[in-house]
Amino acid sequence: MLWSVRWRIWKVKIRLVVNGRKYVGENDPMRRLLDLLREDLGLTGVKEGCGEGECGACVVFLDGRIVNSCLVSTGSADGSEIVTIEGFRETERYRVLEESFVESGAVQCGFCTPGFILAAEALLREKSSPEEEDIREAISGNLCRCTGYSSIVEGIWLASKKGKGLW
Amino acid sequence: MACIEKGEGPVVSAFRPDTLQEALAILHEHRVIPFAGGTDLMVQRRRGSGLLPTFEYPVLFIGHLDELKEVRSGDEMVRIGSVCPYSFLLGDERVPWSFKRVLIQIASPAIRNRGTVGGNIVNASPAGDTLPYLYAFDAEALVQKWDAQRLIHVRDLVTGPGQTALTPGELLTAVIIPQVPFNRFFYKKVGSRKANSCSKLSFLGIALVEDGVVLDVRMCFGAVAPTVVRDRKIEEELVGKEVGKMGDMIPGIVRTYESLIKPIEDQRCTIRYRKEISFRLLEHFLGTVLVL
Repeated sequence: MLWSVRWRIWKVKIRLVVNGRKYVGENDPMRRLLDLLREDLGLTGVKEGCGEGECGACVVFLDGRIVNSCLVSTGSADGSEIVTIEGFRETERYRVLEESFVESGAVQCGFCTPGFILAAEALLREKSSPEEEDIREAISGNLCRCTGYSSIVEGIWLASKKGKGLW
Repeated sequence: MACIEKGEGPVVSAFRPDTLQEALAILHEHRVIPFAGGTDLMVQRRRGSGLLPTFEYPVLFIGHLDELKEVRSGDEMVRIGSVCPYSFLLGDERVPWSFKRVLIQIASPAIRNRGTVGGNIVNASPAGDTLPYLYAFDAEALVQKWDAQRLIHVRDLVTGPGQTALTPGELLTAVIIPQVPFNRFFYKKVGSRKANSCSKLSFLGIALVEDGVVLDVRMCFGAVAPTVVRDRKIEEELVGKEVGKMGDMIPGIVRTYESLIKPIEDQRCTIRYRKEISFRLLEHFLGTVLVL
């Protein structure tokens, strides 16, 4: 719908579906989706690392595709469907990814993990039996300062084997 | 439009129109910052955790407008809506494979889901990733305003770093890429790492070579001058030449580019590196890719 916001009033009604639940709230349209999710909805699995789209810690699904929520303004996301790690963890696919990450030692400090899990999900939706190169490309927007990545690559590969038929 | 009040200075902080026509009407009446994917704007204007990004003019959201996401292909061209995200184009079979080679090297999967071709053009960065390709293929931009539209070559639309030839009220709505016949293609983006890096420099060369003779050749350099470097005179001189005999000519060709390749030194790269690698890529294209 057409809306516009007065300079001094700032707020506009933003409608979203977050993890399957309807959200309607007054927001400045330039507010970052990341801040709305963390501060208003308490979804702190969405992490802020760099705040400029480099690290992928704030990745969420927006209408079925992964985005960096630090670069999405709430006004541009109006009417969208958002899935965060909190929503995704309710699925069987998450369970397989979690188990595989644990098995391969892909989680150390854990700060980057929600982003990696969602990037892995985005990959496996497109390609259920990825090659190593596909996996590395899929997580190329995610930074991890602990693992050196190989255990994460292995974790995603393991999940693709264990989760046959799920994706 | 009814809820916009006038006469109080900047009264609106953001617009979200339903249609392109509404967007053009807003552009006609207000000075606004068009906002498509926001992957550059939100970085440029960020103020940190929990704070609002700052914009000096109201924002006009256009990224959701379906009219600007159309891809059409004709016999001799493909037309791409300005707010098509890169990943959307990567999954579209009407988009030429050669353009996809460029798109797949932009940023990361999550940013490619948001960043748009139109944004990359009007952002007018010397390092804009789509620009060398669009210059090489003589791509045209469709620019619309409330009551008019015009076609302008992308190379004329981009006038300098962050500068375009767009006049008030105008919006870039599509880019038209002609299907240029070629059988040699070489693209190299040089960055600190494969993903998420602005290029230190880039080179794109295409050519049509038949029976060992150059029929068409185009060479573009990114991030080594205020805008993409392409010199048609140098290219025209190569037409009709035999690729087998190109070897002797290469040092001379490199020298003619020396006056055009005027990079700056910044945190990404030194001048010397940008020049040296530009010349090596050019030599590789002329000496190896053309001969293949």
